[in-house]
Amino acid sequence: MRFDSLLDSLGRTPLVGLPRLSPGEDVRIWAKLEDRNPTGSVKDRPAFYMIQKAEKEGLLTPGCTILEPTSGNTGISLAMVAKLRGYRMVCVMPENTSAERRQLLEMWGAEIISSPAAGGSNEAVRVAKGLAAEHPDWVMLYQYGNEANALAHYETTGPEILEDLPTVTHFVAGLGTTGTLMGVGRFLRERVPDVKIVAAEPRYGDLVYGLRNIDEGFIPELYDDTVLTTRFSVTSGDALRRTRELLEQEGIFAGISTGGALHAAIGMAKKAVKAGERADIVFVVADGGWKYLSTGAYGGTLEEAEARLEGQLWA
Amino acid sequence: MAIEVRIPTILRNLTDGAKAVEGKGGTLDELFTDLDSRHAGLRDRLVDDKGLRKFVNVYLNDEDVRFLGGLETQVADGDNVTILPAVAGG
Repeated sequence: MRFDSLLDSLGRTPLVGLPRLSPGEDVRIWAKLEDRNPTGSVKDRPAFYMIQKAEKEGLLTPGCTILEPTSGNTGISLAMVAKLRGYRMVCVMPENTSAERRQLLEMWGAEIISSPAAGGSNEAVRVAKGLAAEHPDWVMLYQYGNEANALAHYETTGPEILEDLPTVTHFVAGLGTTGTLMGVGRFLRERVPDVKIVAAEPRYGDLVYGLRNIDEGFIPELYDDTVLTTRFSVTSGDALRRTRELLEQEGIFAGISTGGALHAAIGMAKKAVKAGERADIVFVVADGGWKYLSTGAYGGTLEEAEARLEGQLWA
Repeated sequence: MAIEVRIPTILRNLTDGAKAVEGKGGTLDELFTDLDSRHAGLRDRLVDDKGLRKFVNVYLNDEDVRFLGGLETQVADGDNVTILPAVAGG
């Protein structure tokens, strides 16, 4: 495959079967390898779409500053595109994210403003909204409410999956901005009768949920629960265990949130086996494991790894 | 046997600091009412007149109850219920 530039190579990622983790011929699990994107994560798709849309609308012109609250991957993708297009990039990132994410952001020239660990991404969103108000000339693309985020998946990820696997019955992905699930979910629902759209939401330690009032929680503006069939909360222990299984049994080296999605996918597979139904279950490998090596997720016992991950944002 | 209910930090002032409490009931609604009899005020923090409060997520054995039956979701001894505030990802 030949492309004119790195950005032109975005998407068209492989869909690979999991012969060992799938229960059998009738119930199969497939991994959509989104780590095979320019900066190594699924977020390259929405980042590129959001910047393109802002350019078309005239919001972004050379020399502009882009601001974004992000726990890492979206920031990294935006920073890469921003560097190529001549924008300044400012990320608001919770301080409890992995060292590699910071290094990658700095490598692509982004400036990082840290938000408090307590409260996780909710705090990053709050801090970013404050900065946006202080700097009206900065452009906040705001992945949580930007339709271009979901549209990227509606126009690219969804069609790729259906083209590669017309017999798809389930789509499983991590729930963060909800963009992947909303975009792919809507696309598949329009074309595949009874398709099941399943969210795997990371469950963190107490610190991340913070001590702010429960009425000040956060739901991304993009979220529409009618697109989903169901939603699971996956503990870091389950996510770690599945991340390691994926590596040991199928050779796929993925990030921790992928383990969360795989956990939900295996749950749906078991349900299908029990019901005696055929299933082709696609789940998203959101990124590779490289950015999480320093968290100790892949070494020692599961219990040790889980303890090391306490209080960290892993999705 | 009873139903174990995990309580988020923000609501532990209502459970004497306990991270988890036990309760009983045939539905989530009955379970919350049972909990409220020992932890006064808890139910009101979870439920308003329209059902589950917007920024409160409740999971039955890790599945979001909004996709099961909301407050009418059936629960049974041995189940795990987890209450969490809604947070951002990404």
